[in-house]
Amino acid sequence: MALLKNSSIWIAFLVTLLGLPLVFDSILAISIMNQIAIAIVFALSYNMLLGQGGMLSFGHAVYFGLGGFLSVHALILIEFETMVFSILWIPLIGGVFGLLAGVFIGSFSTHKAGTVFAMISLGIGELIAASSLIFSSFFGGEAGISGDRTFGPTFFGFDFAQNIEIYYVAAVWAFIATVFMYLFTQTPAGRMANAVRDNPERAEFVGYSSRKVRFISFCASGLFAGIAGGLFALNYEFITEENLNAATSGRVLLMAYIGGLGYFIGPIIGAVVLTLMNSLLSNYSELWMLYLGIMFLLTVMFLPRGFAGFFMMHQLAWIRGNMKMLIKPYIITGIPAVLFAVCVIALIEMSHTEDEVFHYLALELNPASPITWIVLLGIAGGAFYAVKRSLLQLNDAWETANAIPKEEEA
Amino acid sequence: MLEVLIFATLNGLVTGFLLFMLASGLTLIFSMMGVLNFAHASFYMLGAYFAYSLSLYFGFWTGLIFAPIVVGVLGAMVERYGLRRVHQSGHVAELVFTFGLAFLIEESIQFFWGRDTKNYQTPELLDFPLFTLLGQEFSAYRGFMMTISIGIFIGLYYVLTKSRVGIIIQAAITHPQTVSNLGHNVPLIFMGVFGMGTALAGLAGVIAGPVLTTFPGMATVLGSIVFVIVVIGGLGSLAGAFIASLLIGLLQSYAIASDVGMPDLLNLLGVSFERGHPLNDLWTMNLPQIAPVLPYLLLVLVLIFRPTGLMGKREE
Repeated sequence: MALLKNSSIWIAFLVTLLGLPLVFDSILAISIMNQIAIAIVFALSYNMLLGQGGMLSFGHAVYFGLGGFLSVHALILIEFETMVFSILWIPLIGGVFGLLAGVFIGSFSTHKAGTVFAMISLGIGELIAASSLIFSSFFGGEAGISGDRTFGPTFFGFDFAQNIEIYYVAAVWAFIATVFMYLFTQTPAGRMANAVRDNPERAEFVGYSSRKVRFISFCASGLFAGIAGGLFALNYEFITEENLNAATSGRVLLMAYIGGLGYFIGPIIGAVVLTLMNSLLSNYSELWMLYLGIMFLLTVMFLPRGFAGFFMMHQLAWIRGNMKMLIKPYIITGIPAVLFAVCVIALIEMSHTEDEVFHYLALELNPASPITWIVLLGIAGGAFYAVKRSLLQLNDAWETANAIPKEEEA
Repeated sequence: MLEVLIFATLNGLVTGFLLFMLASGLTLIFSMMGVLNFAHASFYMLGAYFAYSLSLYFGFWTGLIFAPIVVGVLGAMVERYGLRRVHQSGHVAELVFTFGLAFLIEESIQFFWGRDTKNYQTPELLDFPLFTLLGQEFSAYRGFMMTISIGIFIGLYYVLTKSRVGIIIQAAITHPQTVSNLGHNVPLIFMGVFGMGTALAGLAGVIAGPVLTTFPGMATVLGSIVFVIVVIGGLGSLAGAFIASLLIGLLQSYAIASDVGMPDLLNLLGVSFERGHPLNDLWTMNLPQIAPVLPYLLLVLVLIFRPTGLMGKREE
C-alpha cells in the first residue's frame, strides 16, 4: 500500500488543512483558504488530464462550472424543501454531474490526444459558455444563479452560516478528493494513463485501448472538477457564466503548469501560489495580472517542469550530499536577480501611477523626476549584468554538485 | 428580403476575407512548426492598437503601412527568442507558451492603452457610401476592407506558388532537412514566416479596428473563431482555410440577418408548447441568438466526423 507507506505525509497534510484556521483566523484569511481548498481540487483534477494523461484541455472549466451550477440548483431545491439532505453532500452532486458531463463529452472527444483533443475541448468550452447565455432558465443568463446554504438539516448543530464552517467542509472534501486522486494514480488505470501519454502505440501493443484509458482519466477528471465546482457553490452561494468560460479554463491551466505538471504535488503548489497572488497582490497592485502573465511565460521558458520540477531537480545533489555546494552560488545569483525584479516592478508601477509621490517598499519615489528613472534603470541594468555573469559560476557549481563522485566511477 | 440577402452576403464576404487574413498566417505557421499559435489573434489586436496610436499623430494611412511592420518584427522576435527556446520542451509546452503570450499581450495592452474602447476612426477619405441598393447603404470602408483582403489573398497565392521564395518555403515545410542541406537557412525561413504571418494578422487588425471596435477583448472575440476556421479547413491547408473562412463569415452573417427560429419550425410541424414549459428557452430560441454558437458547433461536429478537416491531409 503506497498510501500507508506515505501516511505520515497525508497526516501532515490533513493536520495542516485543519490547523490553518487556528493560525490564520482573520475573515480574509479564511476566505483565501476556502479558495485555496477549491483551487487545489480543481488544479489536481486538471493535472489528471494534462500531467498524467497528456491531454491538453482548454475547456476544463466546463465540468467545474456545470458541477457548480447543479450544486446551486440543489441548494435552491433544499431551500424550498423539494429535497431534504444536508448541504455537506452538495459537492458530491457537483461531482456526479461533472462525471456525467465527462462521460458524455469524453465518449467522443478522447479518440485522439494532442491537437485534436485540445481543439475539441476548446470548441466544447466555447459552445457551452455561449449556450449558457442562451438557456437562461438553467444558467441565469449574465447574472448567474444564487442559493442559500443555511437551509437543510443541520450537522451537529452547525448551520454553515459562517465561512469558517464552510472552510472545514471544504478542507475535508479537499482532503478526501486529494487522497482519491492520489490513489487513482496508483491504480492500473492511472498507470496506463501515463503509458498512453508517453507512447500510445506501445500501450496499444501491450493490449490496452488507448482510447479507453484516456476516457477513464477524462471521466475521473470531470468527477473531481465537479466536486471543486460544488465546493465553489457552497463557498460563494452563487455561480455565473464566468465560472465555466475560457478564462476559468485558462486559470486552471496556469495553476497546474506553474506548479509543475507530472508531479502530484505540482498543481497543489500552483493552486496555493496563484490563489495567494490573486488575493494578496490584487490589494497592492492592479497590474498583478500583468505580473502573472510575465511569471507564467518565464516559467514556461526556463522551468518547463514548474516549481515542483525545480525542487525535484535538486534530488540528485541532495542524495549525494552536495546541496551545500549550491547554496553560495544561489545566493550570489539570487540577490541581483531579486534586485532586478524589484527595479523592474518599480519602473512598471511608476509608469502607471498618477500620484505625486510613489510609495514603494518603504521608499518614496518621485515619478516626475528623471533622476529616479535613471537610477532605477541603472540598478536594473547592473543587476541584470551581475545575474548574467554569475550564472556561469552557478552552472559550474551545478555540474560539480551533480557529477558522479570519483570512487563510484571506479 | 432580397436586399437582406444581398447585404448579408456582402458582409459575410467582408468578414470571411478578413478572417482569412488571420487564418492564412495561422495555418502557415502551423504547417511549419506544428504548433497552433494561440497568440495569433493577439497580434491582430496589437495591429489595431499600434495603428490607432499612429493614426492619432500621422493619420490612418501611415498606420496602415507601419503598424503591420512593427507587429511583424515583434512576431519574429517572439519566434526567435521565445518559441525557439520552448521548442525543446515539446509541443504541449509550445502551445502553452503561445497561450501565455496571448494572456500577456492582453494584459500589456491594458497596461499601455487602458481598458476602455479606443475611438479608432475610419479615414475621412473613405467615409461615404460606396453604393446604395434598395435603400440600404454599403460603406466605402467595407469595400476598401474587401479590396485589401482580396489583394492579400491573390498576393499570397502568387508568392507561395510562383515565386522562388514561396517555393523554398513550401519545400521547407515538407522537407526541412533537405532544404537545409541545399544551403538555405531554415530557422531564418521559419522566423520570416512567423513574422509575415503575424504581420498579416496585424494588417487585419489595422483594417478591422475601426469597424469591429478597438478594445482589449477584441483578440478573444476573434481568436477562437480563427482557430475554428483552421481546424475546419484542415490544419495546414491554405485552400481549406480559405473555404472555411468564407463559410464561417457567410454562416454568421446569414444567421444574424435571418429572423427564423424554433417557433417557426414548431409552427411548420404543427407542435406548440405553453409558455411555462421548463424547456421554454429551447422552444423560443432563434437563429440570431445562436449565431455565436454555430462556429463551435460546426467545429465539434467536424472534429468528431472528419478530424482532418475539409481539406486536411490524412493523419499519419
